[in-house]
Amino acid sequence: MIQTENLSKKFNDFLAVNQVSLEVKSGEVLALLGPNGAGKTTTLRMLTSVLRPTMGWARVAGYDVVTHAAEVRASVGILTEQHGLYGRMTAVEYLDFFGQIYHMAAVTRRMRTDELLEQYGLGGERKRKIGEYSKGMRQKLALARALYHNPPVLLMDEPTSAMDPESARLVRDAIHGLRSANRAIIICTHNLAEAEELADKIAIIQRGRIIISGEVEELKTKLLGAPQFELRLGTSIDGLNVTLPDAVTLTGQGSDWIRYQTDNPMLANPQVIQSLVHQSIPVVGLSKVARSLENVYLQAINVVEGNKQISEKDERASSGGETQHAG
Amino acid sequence: MLDEIRPALIITRREIRDQLRDWRIILPITVLTLVFPFLANFTTQRILGFVEKYGANIIAVRFIPFLLMIVGFFPISISLVIALESFAGETERRSIEPLLSSPLTDGQIYLGKLLACVLIPLVAAYLGMTVYLIGIYRSTSWRPEPTFLVLIIVLTAVQALVMVSGAVVISSQTTSVRAANLLASFIIIPVALLIQIESVMMLWADYHVLWWAVLAQIVLVVLLVRMGINHLNREELLGQEIDALNLHWMWKVFRAQFIGSAHSIWDWYRREIPSTLHRLLIPIGWMTILLIAVTYAGAAQVKELGLSPGTFGLDRLKSVDAQILNQLGQYGFFSTSNVLTIWWHNLRAVSIAAMLGSFTLGVAGVLILMLPMGIIGFFTGAASLTGLNPLTVLAAFTLPHGLFEIPAIILSGAAILQVGASFVTAHQRQSIGEGLMSSIADWAKITLALVIPLFLGAAILEVFISPQVMVRLLGGG
Repeated sequence: MIQTENLSKKFNDFLAVNQVSLEVKSGEVLALLGPNGAGKTTTLRMLTSVLRPTMGWARVAGYDVVTHAAEVRASVGILTEQHGLYGRMTAVEYLDFFGQIYHMAAVTRRMRTDELLEQYGLGGERKRKIGEYSKGMRQKLALARALYHNPPVLLMDEPTSAMDPESARLVRDAIHGLRSANRAIIICTHNLAEAEELADKIAIIQRGRIIISGEVEELKTKLLGAPQFELRLGTSIDGLNVTLPDAVTLTGQGSDWIRYQTDNPMLANPQVIQSLVHQSIPVVGLSKVARSLENVYLQAINVVEGNKQISEKDERASSGGETQHAG
Repeated sequence: MLDEIRPALIITRREIRDQLRDWRIILPITVLTLVFPFLANFTTQRILGFVEKYGANIIAVRFIPFLLMIVGFFPISISLVIALESFAGETERRSIEPLLSSPLTDGQIYLGKLLACVLIPLVAAYLGMTVYLIGIYRSTSWRPEPTFLVLIIVLTAVQALVMVSGAVVISSQTTSVRAANLLASFIIIPVALLIQIESVMMLWADYHVLWWAVLAQIVLVVLLVRMGINHLNREELLGQEIDALNLHWMWKVFRAQFIGSAHSIWDWYRREIPSTLHRLLIPIGWMTILLIAVTYAGAAQVKELGLSPGTFGLDRLKSVDAQILNQLGQYGFFSTSNVLTIWWHNLRAVSIAAMLGSFTLGVAGVLILMLPMGIIGFFTGAASLTGLNPLTVLAAFTLPHGLFEIPAIILSGAAILQVGASFVTAHQRQSIGEGLMSSIADWAKITLALVIPLFLGAAILEVFISPQVMVRLLGGG
């Protein structure tokens, strides 16, 4: 549904997006993560045919973003970081205005307006001027606008920012619902817990380049190593020499717990329990150690920063060497 | 066609509704529509009473239509404020982004907003003019001629369009209403001057000149609308280059276009200059046509003005002989310093033309460069009245230095036209900034490589050879 290959955008001599390749299928949610100014918004704008790529290509809903810009825009619903609402209009007028732009019939517009305003809890505020809305209400209205024409592709920049927890849950549920309705969705967010909850795939972008992408669990394994498990024991193991099967690596232990890492938990976990039972150490519980997306994100950014520093150091060293040599 | 316009009208309706809900727009428009015409009426009656005392009825008769124009102008001046708010304001608040992400084309967004900015002030202007005319008719029985009424209606509409289309161009270069307001003086000052000129024409009752003013403004509107559509595009509005003067980047673009892929000066002359000339073929063609046309127009003016053969004493050309060369020699004409003076004068003229052309879409620059040919045409026409062959006179005035000078003028004018055109032409692969910098680099390239050497050659010939040729051609050899 969304496919890009080496998508790049240059503003004068600033490379905002650098060879981004992505794929999001129908019913998939991709979270695009990255620091401010990393190129997330520019990528979304290219996928909406608002900005023309300098290099590479992108297809959205089967249309090329350059040659079929109008069709792309008709197929995309976008929630921008700044909502851009008209303060002197009511919610009904606002949604109806965009419905007209998307060539929707008057009856459909009326039905859709009622449906979305009710869904996002704005039914009681339909006659109020948008200028009087709270930040969260505006965010919900902007989301309703993005969904208004039932687009197969949704691009959302910070969909729950400025929302209270209840409203944020409402929006997250809506995104789950849209995924089930076979929409292809890209969300840009700094809320990593939200990304972990919503996304099937993650792409981390820094300085315009995708530094890592894949499924959440896949990324965790790639960056944080094999999954860790923790055993709670029924007795103290202080002073005991506990041996574990070769398939696992001990990563920590306390008086009544052991933590280990394994590539193949299906095979290793029963072996570990069996081994401990043989050593007359009762096992009370086994649980997987939770690893947050935040750790993955920070690890990815740190790896890139580290590599960058090393290459800069190498560059300085080699240029210094050259200077010395020349001298 | 209608399907193209219909989506634009959705924007127009929304914006007009928005304006009608904003008391900051409605209040001044109401005052200017309903109160100001009464004030104008009162003033007119006072002036009529005053001038009649001295028998200066003509002033009174001219004053009524003049104030009609002013009554119409005041409400339309609000269209400038609305336009700045509509274009720069939407960009600043980012409410333009959902519109840009919709299937609307750049042209539809532009048209929708343009109509919205013009309609309410224009309706208010026509209402105000009606109120004024009714008042005047009741008090003095004055009624405008139908053609004059049409002129005023069209003039008012065109002025509103000039201001709004100008405001769009300004708004597209800023990201805030504040910056747009600061730049608005680029519209206010020329429009104020225009109104003063039109006022003089009104008091003079030279209404056919006002039709020319209407025509000139329509041409200006076409250019500004083209510029506006080119500038008000998704790429320019949401790109990062707006409001940032990146000198490093500008130099990089200029340098890349100026040097191209040349490795040496010889390589530059051999490869880059021909390709630049190739790019300038169309403006070179236009400049050539314009110079021929202005020379002819200059000659035709002699007939138009009904000049007699002796008006400028050009019959003396018949008696030009070698003695004139001696006289020129006595004045120090045949000297290297004179070559440098002529060369410097020509370079100064093309520099001024380039400077003026840079902010008048190339028009003022080209006009300056056309002027000498118009004068030559005029004198050729005047000389032909004395029985001289016009082609001989033309050759006497222009050969052989003209063989260098005229191509230099054509090339310089073409490069200036190209710079002006870069503002109003959509570039598929370049941003407007890149297009402008590239065309400036082309101008610099042509000036340095061809125009300056051609003018030097022309100056040498003009000092040392042209006088001899003139004497020979005019029969004094």
